[in-house]
Parts: sequence; C-alpha cells; structure tokens
Amino acid sequence: MSSAPGPTPDHDVGEDAEVVLSVRDLDVSFGTKRGRASVVRGIDYDLHRGETLAIVGESGSGKSVSTLALTKLIPIPPGRVTGTAHLGATDLIALSEEELVRVRGQRIGFVFQDPMTSLNPVHTIGRQLTEGMRHHLGLSEADARDRAVELLAKVGIPSPARRLDDYPHQFSGGMRQRVVIAIGLSCDPEVLIADEATTALDVTTQAQIIDLIAELQADLGMAVVWITHDLGVVAGIADRVLVMYAGEVVEQAEAVTLFARPRHPYTVGLLASLPVLGDTERGDLAAIPGLPPAPTSLPPGCGFHPRCSFRSDERCATERPPLREVAPGHLVRSFYEVPEEQSRRASAAARIEIEPPDVRDEGVA
Amino acid sequence: MSTALLEVEDLHVHFSVGRGRDRQTVRAVDGVSLRLERGQTLGLVGESGCGKTTTGLALLRLVEPTSGRVVFDGTDVRALSKRDLRAWRRRAAMIFQDPYASLDPRLPVGESIGEALDIHGLHQGKQARRDRIGHLLERCGLHPRVADRYPHEFSGGQRQRIGIARALACEPDFIVCDEPIAALDVSIQAQVMNLLNELQQDLGLAYLFIAHDLAAVQHVCDRIAVMYLGRIVEEAERLDLYREPQHPYTQALLSAIPIPDPVRERERERIRLEGDVPSPIDPPSGCRFRTRCRAVFDTCERIDPALQEVTDDHRAACLLHGEVGTPVTS
Repeated sequence: MSSAPGPTPDHDVGEDAEVVLSVRDLDVSFGTKRGRASVVRGIDYDLHRGETLAIVGESGSGKSVSTLALTKLIPIPPGRVTGTAHLGATDLIALSEEELVRVRGQRIGFVFQDPMTSLNPVHTIGRQLTEGMRHHLGLSEADARDRAVELLAKVGIPSPARRLDDYPHQFSGGMRQRVVIAIGLSCDPEVLIADEATTALDVTTQAQIIDLIAELQADLGMAVVWITHDLGVVAGIADRVLVMYAGEVVEQAEAVTLFARPRHPYTVGLLASLPVLGDTERGDLAAIPGLPPAPTSLPPGCGFHPRCSFRSDERCATERPPLREVAPGHLVRSFYEVPEEQSRRASAAARIEIEPPDVRDEGVA
Repeated sequence: MSTALLEVEDLHVHFSVGRGRDRQTVRAVDGVSLRLERGQTLGLVGESGCGKTTTGLALLRLVEPTSGRVVFDGTDVRALSKRDLRAWRRRAAMIFQDPYASLDPRLPVGESIGEALDIHGLHQGKQARRDRIGHLLERCGLHPRVADRYPHEFSGGQRQRIGIARALACEPDFIVCDEPIAALDVSIQAQVMNLLNELQQDLGLAYLFIAHDLAAVQHVCDRIAVMYLGRIVEEAERLDLYREPQHPYTQALLSAIPIPDPVRERERERIRLEGDVPSPIDPPSGCRFRTRCRAVFDTCERIDPALQEVTDDHRAACLLHGEVGTPVTS
C-alpha cells in the first residue's frame, strides 16, 4: 500500500520486513431475522514479521470478528466470509475446515480476553498446554510435557514443573492469562492474535502481560495483532494502528502519527473524549454524541456521519467515502479531514500538563 | 471543616468462609477511614479484591460492617434501626457497574424508577408519579416516553442513564458510584461522566466514585483514596496525588496506567510490581504491601503503618515517612 518511510518504530519492523499476513477486501456478514448484518465491510491490511498491529474500536465495530473470521472461528452459517487472507502462500478464506484445524493454534495463536472462559476448568493446564503440541507438532507426551514446563517458565510461572498438574482455578487471574499466552505460543505461531488480552486484568497485571508479550515477540519474531478498545495500551505497544468504526477501517497510520495527528473525525473525537492522567482540566469531556449504529441498520453514506460534529453534509449522508492515502502510510476514510490545529488539540500529548512522576529513584519521591 | 457529609472511622467488614475447623476470616475491609465533604467527589481506587466495592456497600449498610463508625450528616448510620435505616436510605443511593444486572429485566424501566418513589411515598397520585419518572429520565438525557420500555431495549450507556435516574429518584445527597463507566464503550464513557458532573453541579450531590481507571478518577474527583488489601494506603487532593505520590504502591499503580501518547508511553520508566495481591484471609504482618514493595526494609514486617499526614493535606501509610503505627505482636 505505502512504501514511503513514516516515523520509525522503536524496533526493526514494518515496511521492509516480510509480510506474513495479507488481508484483502475482507467482508463478514451474518444472516439475521432483520436481514443481513454487515459486521466487517471490506478491510485490507498487511502484517509484517515482528510487527504489532493494533485494531482499535468500540463494541460492535467489527474488530474482533474481523480476526475471528480469518480462521472461521465464527458460526458459518449464519456467518459468511468473503475476500482473501494470505498467511504466507495460503489463502485462509479458501481453506476447508480440516485444513483450518492445522492453522488454528499452530500457525496462528490466540489469546482471548477472559482466561477463565478460554481455559477448560475440568482439565489440568498441563493437558491443555500439551494438547496442541501433540496434535500439531506430533510430540510424544513426555516431550510435550518438557516443552510445556519450558513454556510456563518462559511466561513467568514460578515452579512450572509443579504447576503442570494444577487446574485453572488454582491460578490467579494474571497467572491464568500467562497460561493462556503459553498455550497461544506453544506451536511457535507466525501470528499471535491477542483479543482484549489484558482487558479483564488489573492495570499492574496488565503491565506485566504487555511486557511479557513484547519480550516474547522480540525473542520469537512473531507478528502480533492486538485488538483492544484501550487507546492507552495501543500507545504503548503498537507499531501501526487500524481504527474501526461500523465495520470499516476509518483510519490507519503509524501509531506515533495517529496519536499526534489524527485526521478522521471519529479518531479525533475518541482521543478528545478520553480522560488523561496529568490533564488538570475538570470541565466536561468532549464526548461524541449518540451511539454507534447497529450492523443491521447501518446509515447510508459515511458510517459515522450521524454522530459527526466536525462536518456532516449531503454528500456524507449519501456517498460512502473511500479510504484515501492522505500522507505516506496514513489512510483516512472521510471526505473531510480534521485540520491540523484542531487535531493536535485533541491529542493526549497536548493535554498533559503534569508529567508522569519520575519513578527511577527507589522509594519515596 | 467539621461539617463533612460523611465520616468513616476504622471501618471493618469481615466475612467468614468455610465451616468447622476450616473456618477462616476474610478481612475484606480492615480499618478504613474516609471523609467526604458535601457536594464533593472522593475517588476510591485499587485493584480487584482490595475491598473498594465492599467499602461502598458497607457505607450504605448493604453489607453489615463488622465494626467501625459511619457518620452521615450527624447520623450514626450503624446505630439506625431497620425502619430508620430504610428512611435514611432515601438520602444515599448507589449506581452499579453493570446496569443490565441491576435492572429487573421483566419490569419496564419506568417501574424500576417508580419503585423507589413508592417505597418512600414520594408521589401524590398516578399522574404525579408518571410525571416525576418522565422528569428523571429527561434529566438523564432520555425521552420520558422510554419509561414503558424494558432494559434489553437499551444500549449499555442508556441503561447506565436509567440506573442514574433511579438513583436520583429519592433526591439523595450522596451516591456511591461503583465502577459506573467500566462496562461502557469509550465514546460513551465521556457522556456518562459528563452527566454525573452536570448532576453534581445542579443538585449539589456528593459522590464516592469507586473505580480502577485512575485517569477517569483524576478527572472527576476532588480527592482520591488509594486502597490496598482492605486498607487506605494514601489519600490526597487529586493532582497532588499524581504529582507527588507518597506511597510505593500508589507510585507503582500510577506508573502502570497507560498514557495515550506513544512518545511519553515509550520513554516512561515503569515500576514493575511482581507477583499477585496476597490473600485477605492471611494478609502479611506489618505493612500489607511489603511483599511487593521495592522500598521494603526490615521494620516493615514489624510495624503496621498508620495513615498519617506526610505533607500538607496529604496522608500516606508508609514507614518511610516515619515509623508510626502499631507494632506487630506475634
């Protein structure tokens, strides 16, 4: 899509690295009593080796479904998936169920939001960890257990050999999520999909898990798709960001660019509405009015126009805006871009008046 | 400053778990003191399991405190009889995290609001009741007509507005807001925070705002109390707490909160808290945070630090600020 250099991410990934996953014109819809619901409407992206791509959006924006659909982890029917998604040379969308079984968990690893529901409560974590390795990698039980111990150690579970025969309820929430990450990594996937992987955790645990995934990514070179609604998390981890609204990508850019100079009215609105630590203002937040549309009753034209306070005219109401490249590597789906001054004012960087306290000293400030 | 709306002293809420020989005590809230002025907002923050929700429930006697004092506008809440308690509850309401779970799915939302009016005999006649419900809904940004609809017909943000309308029905002075925005979408959180702010301005409400999202808490609160394992470890004015956190736990918590600015977020140093919060059944001796504290020293296991003023109007419970507290008896 773009080749010009953007702001350089802090490690060597991005445009020059090999593309591991290439998604084109992905559409996902579901048949419902009220007609077809278009949940994902034509999204495109390339994911490079070692890269972290964040997909940001609110509930119903299609951010989770767009990745679940890649390996048909949605019920089909009523779901329907079209488009292409090349993992290396393989088009995932064209694969049969039997072929997909060899992709899920092996070439693509998953970490979901709630470790209590993604782990089976009646099996030991050892069994859940070794299952994929025995099936996908053909390891013997003894070899798989050895590797399971290594994996648990790698994700920071103390005395891993002893914990292998424990059940999920014997772990704390943070520890359970570490187990889920170990399972996600067990077959050395090329791509790890982390779907709200830290949302259910406390901030201190969230920080541990984010650091852990970043370390593992640097070690193993896998690409990560990080799905979240939390813009603070995105700022810390993402190389590139896709912002989704009503099933579409409305803005796509390098993380540093997106936060400093958002251009789509929705992205600007979202950033402006966030309370930010260190912002001394106490007045009203710049809330976006209204609600996101239901996928069964999408507005004609621009999906965001009924809530857009920047500009909303006849054209917005009737014509669907194309995704345009407004600067190298920066794509926006809107007829009107928020001008620079207004967009910078919305950014957290401009609103922070008190810097985060310096914590390098041991003990008390 | 002696006219605080709410004063809490040494509040304890203990639960028994297990039976017979396995009987153990969960010290969910273990000596909390708080003070809330009229028309102000006090934030109560901490990780899950620290006791912040139990504290909120205990203030309204929705769970019975084990010991301690709760004084609301001169009334000793713990001394109220069942009947007086019911009358008093008019003045103190609660908003919950998940408005879907806190509204009766079989009742039109107007009736959920009307129940509160009925219990306290706050309306004269059918029409007046209807008008009042409509007015409350309107006050919270909804059309009076929606009173006849059921909870499932609303979005999360709208349901939270209904929860707020119900809390306002009895014209309280004080509302405990327990994670009121945690379950809402980002673009809706600001709407609800603005509504709470507006209602406070207009009606002079005082809030106890319980949340784990420190950025939101800093935005809406006058003062912030930080809780860890059943205790308040620090309490200060909202910006003062951020500028000069005095307790190592507050410092760690603040450093873990992501800032939506990639430049700052990537340059920032973090304090990595290792391990998990210990069990409130068997908290560490002395300072409860010592097992995860990077500034721990040998006295920490021997003295249980008291919450004391360390700088002007800023309190912390940490022995680094002087070895003030209760010696541990073994």
